[in-house]
Amino acid sequence: MTATMRPPASACPACSAAPAAEALAARAAPRDAQVMLSLPTIHCAACMAAVENALDGVPGVRAARVNLTMKRVSVETDAGVSAADLIPVVEGAGFEAHELDATALGATATDRAGRDLLMRLAVAGFAAMNVMLLSIAVWSGAEGPTRDLFHWISAGIVLPAIAFCAQPFFRNAWSALRAGRLNMDVPISLAILLALATSLWETTLSGEHAYFDAAIALTFFLLTGRYLDHRTRSIARSAAEELAALEVPRALRLIASGAEETVAVSDLAVGDLLRVKPGGRMPVDGEIVEGQSELDRSLLTGETRPVYAAPGTDVSAGEVNLTGPLTVRATAVGRDSSLHRMADLVEVAESGRANYTPLADKAAKLYAPGVHILSALAFVGWFLYTQDLRVALNIAAAVLIITCPCALGLAVPAVTTAASGRLFRKGLLIKDGTALERLAEVDTVVFDKTGTLTEGRPEVTNLDSFARPDLEIALALAEGSSHPLAQSLTTALRARGIAPATVEDVTEVPGHGTEGRWQGRTVRLGRTTWTGGGTCEVTATWLRVGDAPAQALRFTDSLREGAREAVQALLEGGKRVILMSGDTTPAVESLANRLNIPQWMAEALPADKAARVQALTDEGARVLMVGDGLNDTAALAGAHVSISPASALDAARVASDIVLLGRSLAPLPEALGVARRATRRIRENFGIATWYNVIAVPLAIAGLCSPLIAALAMSASSITVSLNALRLR
Amino acid sequence: MNVLAYLIPISLILGGLGLGFFLFTVKSRQYEDPEGDARRILSGQYDDHPKQ
Repeated sequence: MTATMRPPASACPACSAAPAAEALAARAAPRDAQVMLSLPTIHCAACMAAVENALDGVPGVRAARVNLTMKRVSVETDAGVSAADLIPVVEGAGFEAHELDATALGATATDRAGRDLLMRLAVAGFAAMNVMLLSIAVWSGAEGPTRDLFHWISAGIVLPAIAFCAQPFFRNAWSALRAGRLNMDVPISLAILLALATSLWETTLSGEHAYFDAAIALTFFLLTGRYLDHRTRSIARSAAEELAALEVPRALRLIASGAEETVAVSDLAVGDLLRVKPGGRMPVDGEIVEGQSELDRSLLTGETRPVYAAPGTDVSAGEVNLTGPLTVRATAVGRDSSLHRMADLVEVAESGRANYTPLADKAAKLYAPGVHILSALAFVGWFLYTQDLRVALNIAAAVLIITCPCALGLAVPAVTTAASGRLFRKGLLIKDGTALERLAEVDTVVFDKTGTLTEGRPEVTNLDSFARPDLEIALALAEGSSHPLAQSLTTALRARGIAPATVEDVTEVPGHGTEGRWQGRTVRLGRTTWTGGGTCEVTATWLRVGDAPAQALRFTDSLREGAREAVQALLEGGKRVILMSGDTTPAVESLANRLNIPQWMAEALPADKAARVQALTDEGARVLMVGDGLNDTAALAGAHVSISPASALDAARVASDIVLLGRSLAPLPEALGVARRATRRIRENFGIATWYNVIAVPLAIAGLCSPLIAALAMSASSITVSLNALRLR
Repeated sequence: MNVLAYLIPISLILGGLGLGFFLFTVKSRQYEDPEGDARRILSGQYDDHPKQ
């Protein structure tokens, strides 16, 4: 390893600067490493203890701490212990685990913006409580100098508190005004500032009414909304980033001396010779120059059947090499590779997606101008009526305070926090703020096949038609290979309690199969062309014993956990379910029949999928696309809302709005239900907030609104809205 | 009413202490895993050595 990482300067002139850089890196790197694992299935104290105890028992692990809120564990280890060593331990303890990038995580652990908001929230809460104590004394009858004293103390607390706490609103309002727009923060800032100004004026004149408590309570409630909003977003964003950082793209390049060096994929050039080991993924487009193997193209095309590869075969980035080592000459790298052409397709699809306006923005668009007009009218009216600037200003401030969107500011964040918290516990991660609203509108669900409805893992189906001695030979041969079909066969045969026959000289012929000698006869397990088998419409491997005709072992793709339930529940819920796959017609048809999916489409190219989704959208359908492969990314980006499993490729996860953290598909129908209820709660909350305004605004305009009524209306509406949101949990 | 001269500063100081403690808990990251902490107290495992 070190020999390839640090080539002698003579071998590669470009590397002469490397030793210095490496020394720097070694000095900067901490001696002990930190490993982060995502644990989508943990949920209780017993799980936490089980994971921590299992990890603490591993040599080299210093400390493990589970974070149940984020569903992850951070492990402090000695250098040299990697996630690959720890994941089997956690899985052995019975929990699913995925590696997370600790450096991407470091950025989110110190969530500056979140803590900043929390500080402001704390200060606002402190100030609001103290001022409320003083205000209650005033409301219950303090008079004369006592009242003035209380007002002055309130001013002394509130002015610095607002100057600190309300900065986020002032900043947003200012930038909106400079751009010539109105947003929610403009009426908020105006209400706070106007309330402070009139209250100070009243206090200097020993007036009866001061709205210091209202100004600070307003800030407190709105900051609560902001903080909830921020928390939901940052949890989603950090997790999405970590997932995106999962695959660190590296390639093995052959250098002149015949040695291999590890390089970043971005550094590759056309003409480079690359070594791709069995199980490895093609980093670039290219042509095979050496070696024989089979390729798994399922992530690119959805085909489940492995393809034979030999010198001269063209390969595309993203394909997986299955059996033998291959040497590939790069023909297209970076922007020109088929991976990037796929990304271009995604961009086109994304630009086609209708610009969705979230409910909150719709409400704000109606609300902000309305409030200003109402308040200005109250001011002008009262000024004309009384010719008293002080009265008119007081009433205008009261109108602004009463209408101020405390409840509106909480209406959406409180609901999305509750809903995404609930979905997160079910193993769904909402990446996009408006995804819930869009998910609620879905009436058509499009599934990809390979890797989404199925595990992308073959399962043998016709063992019963074989004689036991044949199965024993098949097991002996299958154990000699790491090919996915062979491994699946081994598992299935072992599960039946079959012991391997004594087969000698078992050798794997890359790209063809395994061969051996049994009782003096040649036995082969492998591709049809090599074993002399016939044709078979599904994925199959062939067993040939001596000169007898080869027999087919048929495979089908095993269903993903929860797939049947999910499809069933969606169909019962009256949704239109469509299966779209790049796989062959028989494979797609059999799966569609197994799951009772009425509509399906086979041998679909990536562009076909995107076009079909677009056509459905044009017909007025709201499409939910569920897919994992590169061939799905354009359709994912083009659909109204999209979901991908955590096992999906980067590109697919980036293009989708929601990521399924666990293996099971079962939470899908529930997610749709939660989304619908969440949207209903948001609308209800808007309704509640409006009703409070309808009752309180006439009072304010009539000049009957005392600070007590303002405080009651504000707190009551905010609390009702939050409680309504909590019904979702 | 002279009692106010004592009571108001006292209430402000007590409230300020509360705020100070809250800010301390935020700074020392005690809100990173509220759900996990809520469940850890149910396990006897951490009674003698709190989890760091």
